[in-house]
Amino acid sequence: MNGIHDLGGRDGMGAINPTPEEPVWKAEWEKHAHTLFPLAFRAGFFGVDQFRFGMEQIEPIEYLSSTYYEHWVHSVIHHGVRHNQLDPAEIEKRTQYYLENPDAPLPEGKDPDGELTAFIDWAVANGVAAGRDTGKKPKFSVGDRVTVVADAPKGHTRKAGYIRGKTGVIDLAHGEMIYPDTAGNDRGEAPEHVYTVRFTNEELWGAEEAEPNGSITFDVWEPYIVPATS
Amino acid sequence: MSAPERATQAEIAARVKAIESIMIEKGLMTTEAVDRLAEIYENEVGPQLGAKVVAKAWSDPDFKKRLLANASTACAELGIGGLQGEDMVAVEDTDDVHHVIVCTLCSCYPWPVLGLPPNWYKMPQYRAAMVRSPRRVLREEFGYDVPESVEIRVWDSSSELRYWVLPQRPAGTDGLSEDELAALVTRDSMIGVGPTKAPA
Repeated sequence: MNGIHDLGGRDGMGAINPTPEEPVWKAEWEKHAHTLFPLAFRAGFFGVDQFRFGMEQIEPIEYLSSTYYEHWVHSVIHHGVRHNQLDPAEIEKRTQYYLENPDAPLPEGKDPDGELTAFIDWAVANGVAAGRDTGKKPKFSVGDRVTVVADAPKGHTRKAGYIRGKTGVIDLAHGEMIYPDTAGNDRGEAPEHVYTVRFTNEELWGAEEAEPNGSITFDVWEPYIVPATS
Repeated sequence: MSAPERATQAEIAARVKAIESIMIEKGLMTTEAVDRLAEIYENEVGPQLGAKVVAKAWSDPDFKKRLLANASTACAELGIGGLQGEDMVAVEDTDDVHHVIVCTLCSCYPWPVLGLPPNWYKMPQYRAAMVRSPRRVLREEFGYDVPESVEIRVWDSSSELRYWVLPQRPAGTDGLSEDELAALVTRDSMIGVGPTKAPA
């Protein structure tokens, strides 16, 4: 979707102001919000592409003015409600309760064998790989000049606005991986070959505006690209 | 159009607690799991692991070859890898090319070697500007001047590949041990937004 999340190349966003040091968590709730992600994944709320699409549907002003973990919480609710695991009215009721009673304890956990904690250890150590091998032959090779299709899908896609219609050279080929344009839209993994395409700054921003001596690489799935005609 | 009311920290904390309480009652979450995850990313997984990999690559040419060929399998030799680093690619800085990583669409970042991303990496300002004006951003925002003779190559982490930078070994470090070298590797040098440290 042509959403606010698609930030590459937007001007006027303001200064970055990087801080040299900061704690891993800015608030206690962030730890809990972070843990919701692997455990809601375990519970079948979403795959990672669906999780991202949940964040992309945050209202634009809220998206820009809220923090990273608020985006995560939004997506967990979005998918939890979709799968009847979370009831919005119940969330509101309990939010009000904990707002009025911030020190009220959480309910007693039900995990006598420590399976949830073990899952955290397992997930962090092993991850969830997106690579697939269906034996499909790649249509492109390293060194090919390709152009990104300039369409505008309304669902989840990783085809960022700033590379659409642009031409670059394939630098790396990575084999087949889960296709976000199907997986993120509830249409299954449908793996496609992934390539890293390198674009010059001039190609992306025009000779007038482009910084000298620079390039951008962007990973594309095979349906995103066609052979370059020029 | 009026801006939606900004949730306060107290409201967000209460909302997270509300969801967590429901998840706990359903047997899908525990506070022990939260504590374990926090322990991992506070004390076990962080940029010290990436620094260890870089120091080894600087010291062992065969390892460096393996790292550049497949960063995930090379890191696994050191017991490093996992979530958000299932398919890592280390990109090597040279005299001719300097690399920087960004994720313009969300906040993808190689957790197993760098830990969780700093806040600025996740903010719209960095995600928007790093592909548009990397040289200016590095100079003006990070105080890191890359000579115009050096190409700046920005890696937008748009797929599940996780890129990170193998910085150049600092001058004057002959004879240093891997541990001494690792102490010179900064998180920012592996993102590509800052230098390594000079030897003491």
